[in-house]
Amino acid sequence: MEIKRIKPPLSDEDVLKLRTGDKVLISGVVYTARDAAHQKLAELLARGEPWPVDLKGQIIYYVGPAPAPPGRVIGSAGPTTSGRMDAYTPAVLRHGVKALIGKGSRNQSTRQALKDYKGVYLAATGGAGALLSKAIKESEIVAYPELGTEAIHRLVVEDFPAIVINDAYGGDLYEEGRKKYILEQQEQR
Amino acid sequence: MREVHVSLLTAAVAEMCREANYYLGADIISALQKGLEEEISPAGKAVFRELLENARIAGEEKIPICQDTGFAVLFVEMGQELHFVGGDFNEAIHEGVRQGYLDGFLRKSIVKDPLRRENTGDNTPAVIHLEIVPGDKLKLIFVPKGGGSENMSAVKMLTPSLGKEGLVDFVEETVAGAGASACPPMVVGVGLGGTLEKVTYLAKKALLRPLGQPHHDPFYAGLEMELLEKINRTGIGPQGFGGRFTALAVHIEAFPCHIASMPAAVNINCHASRHVERII
Repeated sequence: MEIKRIKPPLSDEDVLKLRTGDKVLISGVVYTARDAAHQKLAELLARGEPWPVDLKGQIIYYVGPAPAPPGRVIGSAGPTTSGRMDAYTPAVLRHGVKALIGKGSRNQSTRQALKDYKGVYLAATGGAGALLSKAIKESEIVAYPELGTEAIHRLVVEDFPAIVINDAYGGDLYEEGRKKYILEQQEQR
Repeated sequence: MREVHVSLLTAAVAEMCREANYYLGADIISALQKGLEEEISPAGKAVFRELLENARIAGEEKIPICQDTGFAVLFVEMGQELHFVGGDFNEAIHEGVRQGYLDGFLRKSIVKDPLRRENTGDNTPAVIHLEIVPGDKLKLIFVPKGGGSENMSAVKMLTPSLGKEGLVDFVEETVAGAGASACPPMVVGVGLGGTLEKVTYLAKKALLRPLGQPHHDPFYAGLEMELLEKINRTGIGPQGFGGRFTALAVHIEAFPCHIASMPAAVNINCHASRHVERII
């Protein structure tokens, strides 16, 4: 498994260097958005209005962080299930977002859109929110503060660890990993 | 009749909210350690290492194990010789959740209405399951239930002719469908029997049993082992990256049922199968 360092904004070339199964370390700015923020962004696209933040070439992290206790930048901040964002993701990628971080598999239209628009889907370890919060150095709400944890936060991360699930070539780590370790079911009936 | 002031209940609930979210149970830690030793997939092994490190950081720094600090679910066994005074029993529990989530910097994940979706701001209300039992004590079990794994859970009204095979297929399908989304290695709670609403309650209750403690009935203990082995043959592995540890445990809770039915429910929990217990 190769470790690659990435720093947004990402170009097509940056994305095309990433392959399914690669471990990546992200440094720089990452924007958070989950269910409610996606709905708002999709409504703006449908009305032909601009987004509150320019996300061209950027990375979206599907996370609703826990509040920051005194003296900390952010609380626990691990990924949420990505499949719920599938309804919005093709439009988000068409609009120039280059990478998505979450957990769990994506549907066919998201996977196709990753190929069409040269995007990449990364997974961070689900349930490791305390550990992942250590890689977050700054956090600031930049849109939809009324959504609380679901607001769009601008995070500055340093060596944030993730793994490439779906690359821009159609690879899928969940399918490949499972194929490698599946065992025939024994007849016990 | 023993009298207890509701403020004791509020204080206990608030403390349990923080404790369950900061400290991973010893049974889960040892299951993760076993996974680290025995998982054959390198990516899977790395996940176990991260999860153990995560639990250490959360406990030491008093921050939640996972940002999804859950729906506050309380299983309450109330002794029939016990009388609460000084306020509303249910409101005392909600107040405990409110204080625990606000003071503990836990995430507020509850919306007032499923369609209109405005956050309640304090993670209330709690879901309270109350049972009256003999005695004068109150047993509280607090389970912060995450949304990701809850979404992957399912209930099915199986019929008697489907038998054990039908149950095994349903559990396997549900777990395979959950895949990486439910944060494997998962803990799988299976409810069997009762009625539509009873079976889902049983499935959640099955998650409360300490990991590694088999069902008291050898028949179901055997079925739990069989299901665990089948699930771990799917290859899904830790976080879905491929491997032999897709589930840490399968727990079944069975109940008598109607001659016409065989309800089954699968309640999936992520690897952070959090719950704490208190007796007042």
